[in-house]
Amino acid sequence: MLLLGLALSVYTLLAGAFALWRFKATNADDGSGRLGETARRAGIASFIALSGAAFALVWAAFTNDYSVSYILHHTNRALNPAYKFAALWSGQEGSLLLWAWLLTAYGFVLRLRHRVDVRLSAFASTILAGITVFFLLLLNFAAPPFAIQPGPLAADGFGLNPLLQYPEMVMHPPLLYLGYVGFSVPFAFALGALMMRYPGEKWIHITRRWTMVTWLFLTLGIFMGAHWAYSVLGWGGYWGWDPVENASLMPWLTGTAFLHSVMMQEKRGMMKSWNVWLIFSTFMLTVLGTLLTRSGLVSSVHAFAQSSIGNWFYGFLVLVFCVCLFVFMRQRDHLKTENKLESIVSRESSFLFNNLILLVACFTVLWGTLFPVLSEYVQGSKATVGAPFYNRVALPIGLFLLFLTGVGPLLAWRSTTLRTIRRNFILPSIATVATAIGLMIAHVRPWEDQSQLYSLMAFSLGAGVITAILSEFLRGANVVGTQTGKNLFTASLQLIQRNTRRYGGYIVHFGVVVIIVGIAGGAFNQSTEQEVGFGDKINIGPYELRCQSYTQDSNPNYDTEYALLDVYRHGKYVTQLAPEHRFYSASQTNSTIVANRSTLQHDLYVIYEGKNPETGRPIIKAFLNPLIAWIWIGVLVIILGTFVALAPAIKPALAASRVIHTEAVAVGSGD
Amino acid sequence: MQIRSFMHRFSARVVRHRMMQLCVVLFGAVLLMAAADDTGTRFNKLGHAMMCACSCGQILLECNHVGCPDSDRMIGELRTQLASGGDDTSIFNWFAAKYGPTVLAAPIRGGFDTVAWITPVVVFLLATVGTALLVRTWVRRRRNTVTTPEGIPVQLPENDAVRERIRRETEY
Repeated sequence: MLLLGLALSVYTLLAGAFALWRFKATNADDGSGRLGETARRAGIASFIALSGAAFALVWAAFTNDYSVSYILHHTNRALNPAYKFAALWSGQEGSLLLWAWLLTAYGFVLRLRHRVDVRLSAFASTILAGITVFFLLLLNFAAPPFAIQPGPLAADGFGLNPLLQYPEMVMHPPLLYLGYVGFSVPFAFALGALMMRYPGEKWIHITRRWTMVTWLFLTLGIFMGAHWAYSVLGWGGYWGWDPVENASLMPWLTGTAFLHSVMMQEKRGMMKSWNVWLIFSTFMLTVLGTLLTRSGLVSSVHAFAQSSIGNWFYGFLVLVFCVCLFVFMRQRDHLKTENKLESIVSRESSFLFNNLILLVACFTVLWGTLFPVLSEYVQGSKATVGAPFYNRVALPIGLFLLFLTGVGPLLAWRSTTLRTIRRNFILPSIATVATAIGLMIAHVRPWEDQSQLYSLMAFSLGAGVITAILSEFLRGANVVGTQTGKNLFTASLQLIQRNTRRYGGYIVHFGVVVIIVGIAGGAFNQSTEQEVGFGDKINIGPYELRCQSYTQDSNPNYDTEYALLDVYRHGKYVTQLAPEHRFYSASQTNSTIVANRSTLQHDLYVIYEGKNPETGRPIIKAFLNPLIAWIWIGVLVIILGTFVALAPAIKPALAASRVIHTEAVAVGSGD
Repeated sequence: MQIRSFMHRFSARVVRHRMMQLCVVLFGAVLLMAAADDTGTRFNKLGHAMMCACSCGQILLECNHVGCPDSDRMIGELRTQLASGGDDTSIFNWFAAKYGPTVLAAPIRGGFDTVAWITPVVVFLLATVGTALLVRTWVRRRRNTVTTPEGIPVQLPENDAVRERIRRETEY
């Protein structure tokens, strides 16, 4: 199946490229159209072949086929069926197969929808086929998922890494990969549009939904990973600035920059070269992320995915960069901007600065990720670049970005008058200052603690941004309400329907602010650690934890030790928590299962750290993490906002219906 | 009267301009203040500035996996070092000498490590200044237009724009 997939993808690439070249050379359809059509169909068939391969691997996992080395190393008989399914992406070879399958799946949709623009789709299809060929070469020759295990057939498998046996792990990698792989599509369209000197900005319209959906997948993948880390790793945090986490953040930052700056190209025909390089960089950063994960170039907690295929990715990255540079140099005159900025104080200018900050943030993350390698090269010894570095360097950049999130939408396209600035900014400024004062009255001490300073700034700026968004909504809704006579709520809904992109974007911004508020709560985390016996108490914040019992249990997959803790808040019983420590026999590894009571105010996060060997009593660590739930709520708001932005606006339909209505009236009156 | 009105408007504009600059400077200052040292407990601060040596990739005070061979001992060593009255740098040096430089959670050894901190700031400043200059150039170019008697805007080449400015400035 994999070989068939490779053959079909190679055919799609070569036949597609030849057909496009013939068409360009002769500028007439001399049969190249039919050749191109066979290439398109071969691309569709490659999806079917890869689907067969992916199904075969999952089938092997479910039937405990330990003659397949990958299945032997990543599953065992007692493994939960959901995790057997997840075995597809639990190791190197399987996750590469998932990558290739998703790539052909995206290609499948693109090729089915080729009528939106046949030639541009043909270019994009051929470029996607080129990327697919690379991954299928890897799967066939460097990391084959169906390699046969030598020696006698094992009775049971080695099991799945316990850290991966968690519901989020069934969803986190596919979502992340949907994001990573998805950026191949706008990349292919951008490169194709540049190759064929595509007139106008229609390619942006075609790829807009692709880019937004891809961005949403990447966002969900990142936050699902953060939730997994929070729920499984048991250190009370959700983001450790690990190189592999950073690798997913970098394309997200450039992708976000692209989503913003592409609006300038759409609306004003500006920043064409910039946008092309943004999407090229985003794609290259997804490849770099995979390189970092697989090559072992930098130390990471994701080291289980390391192997020797890094050199393939180095080669591919260089090849992609050279192709992009070559095409850009040849066609750069096609990317001349149609308009120039008219004022420093304008929406365009704010987009430019937004892009600048996002790219500086991306550079900072890349710099921090690669600095250990650089340090080893220059000083002969590796340095660790961990959370303290990013907290000092990246957080101020993030706060500045938050500031721009509030400012940008308040500025008009082309130029903003001082009067408009005064009118739009007065409320958000008041909200910002009032929040800061209010927080200081509520005993937030920014002068005492750096994290409290950041937190205060995040809350205050967040309040400013939310006020700006709400005032924009209210202003628009009032206008709609005046026009239609509807109440404020109905008018707001109608406002959103009329300009889904704009107001969907505002909802996404709102979600980002909610997430930042959740993150800013981290400045007020509390934790305590204590050995507990029967009836012993642990006090943290408003909670009291009383140890009811501690015991052990076992099942075919793992042995477990856990404590039962009754939780009281201000003396009133609220729930019982059971933090666990598991030992997985197949993989001979330990795992911590966190017990968490989450409320909007804070999370009570409890870990069973182990037993004191002298007393035999459990050691419990409890965290009180304020506002964490808002991070996950913010993600839901982002999903909502993205769906709104993706929905078609009703304005054109209304306009069209009005035209039809007018024509009908005219015809009727003629009668 | 006109001059006074112009001066009034001019001074108001300058004041607004200066106020804007002041706001930017204050905002920058607040951001820089963030880099100032906190006054929280030194144990917590230093414990969060070092990694556990067990290769789990966790900050020393956050390493909590069962059977960690290093974190308890290292935390004890940190307490001992603090009790002995050494300053932060000497404590970091002691740990770096014993466990290697990767025990420090951020590059703080001086020398080439400083580059890690400076580079993002330099890139940020260069990018900001570069973007500001670019925007200014674009806006100025945009303004280099004259309108024909028929009311059609014509883009002036760079030299013509300079000549036009000189003509205006030397006009009586």
